[in-house]
Amino acid sequence: MRVSFTVNGRPQQADDVWEGESLLYVLRERLGLPGSKNACEQGECGSCTVRLDGVPVCSCLVAAGQAEGSEVITVEGLAEYARQRSGDALPGAADGAGPHTGEGAGLAPVQQAFIDAGAVQCGFCTPGLLVAADEMLERNPDPSDADIREALSGNLCRCTGYEKIMDAVRLAAARQAEGA
Amino acid sequence: MDFLRPASWEEALAAKAEHPTAVPIAGGTDVMVEINFDHRRPEYLMDLNRIGDLYAWEVGEDSVRLGASVPYTRIMENLRAELPGLALASHTVASPQIRNRGGVGGNLGTASPAGDAHPALLAAGAEVEVESVRGSRRIPIDDFYTGVKRNALAPDELIRAVHVKKADGPQQYSKAGTRNAMVIAVCAFGLALHPRTRTVRTGIGSAAPTPVRATAAEEFLNAALEEGGFWDNGKVITPSVAKRFSDLCSAACNPIDDVRGTASYRRHAVGVMARRTLTWTWESYRGARRATEGAA
Repeated sequence: MRVSFTVNGRPQQADDVWEGESLLYVLRERLGLPGSKNACEQGECGSCTVRLDGVPVCSCLVAAGQAEGSEVITVEGLAEYARQRSGDALPGAADGAGPHTGEGAGLAPVQQAFIDAGAVQCGFCTPGLLVAADEMLERNPDPSDADIREALSGNLCRCTGYEKIMDAVRLAAARQAEGA
Repeated sequence: MDFLRPASWEEALAAKAEHPTAVPIAGGTDVMVEINFDHRRPEYLMDLNRIGDLYAWEVGEDSVRLGASVPYTRIMENLRAELPGLALASHTVASPQIRNRGGVGGNLGTASPAGDAHPALLAAGAEVEVESVRGSRRIPIDDFYTGVKRNALAPDELIRAVHVKKADGPQQYSKAGTRNAMVIAVCAFGLALHPRTRTVRTGIGSAAPTPVRATAAEEFLNAALEEGGFWDNGKVITPSVAKRFSDLCSAACNPIDDVRGTASYRRHAVGVMARRTLTWTWESYRGARRATEGAA
């Protein structure tokens, strides 16, 4: 079957999609967006987290057909999404590679914070954590530690880097508050 | 496999009548795992996401009509006052990502003994509204679970909503697991005080082939509370009464040993959770009584 939806602001169409295929598979294998990671395939690890019509979900638990007509944001679109949210235009956003694949789009503040805080070890859980953390900071600009833990409770890191991840989200929140 | 995308409830019922083997999918928490792991290859997959009615809830006089697909996140945010037990149970479901898509209809459809919503529904009192092209009916929650992952639905029926009694007293929910998030219950317990009828209802999860009520424990406690005039005098529940209630709740279990826990652990833990939830709810009832009396 054919599935049409918007990914990172750009209309996309995937053909010959198997009816039981997940949104995650379509993103990675058919649309060339491997940022969302495929690990547990059962909603346990959160590494496939994307935003589906604004809401963080495990894309491995969304049947591709259920995404028909919806808007998806993946980690590749996070920088441009954050930029639009803060009202800044991206220079040269109109050209091909750009924000849809994440190339040349720079980094979202939360991504920069993860780098600065050393919150990335093997990096496999990072895309899911970034999408989840970014959504929480949008909803709750001044989160307590408990809020952060709760928001990220569905994202597993097996390098046990949670403390640095907490640091990164606190840093992103602080920078967001300074910028506001 | 065929992917069915009914745009309305009527279309969904017609599709289910035509293809009774069609597997409904809403939040995907259970169905997608089975497909991803190739444990299930349904002939028809029926997406319910386009049916807006399933995402709505109405607060009525005595009960809340909760659409089958209302996400757990919404229940936690919006129905904590009316359905405190279910809101607490909802908060223990998996992770934010899962709670954003999953709803009670999926828990009921799967009818796993470990489904988080079941003990809360049993304790509050509920009816499941199911429908087919043949008509609509309401199944009392006590008759809904018929076996391990089996429920009272006919092959052509779909779950439309669940009617949950609004709380008329304190409710609690407790779940044993290895951590606070992303955990399938080793066992769970729900308890609701119903001061209006002077009764207590319970629900046990993951400690029998189906979710069950501890009816003998309820009957004992109802009688003991009545006899001691507890509902009127608001006294602390006698430890011996709490102990007997806890033992009877343990006895209502019919658990198995599995990877998550042993049968004897489950029996023990259910007893502990029964005593704790009774204490929490009763203290809250006494507090509310004192506040009312103080104001009078």
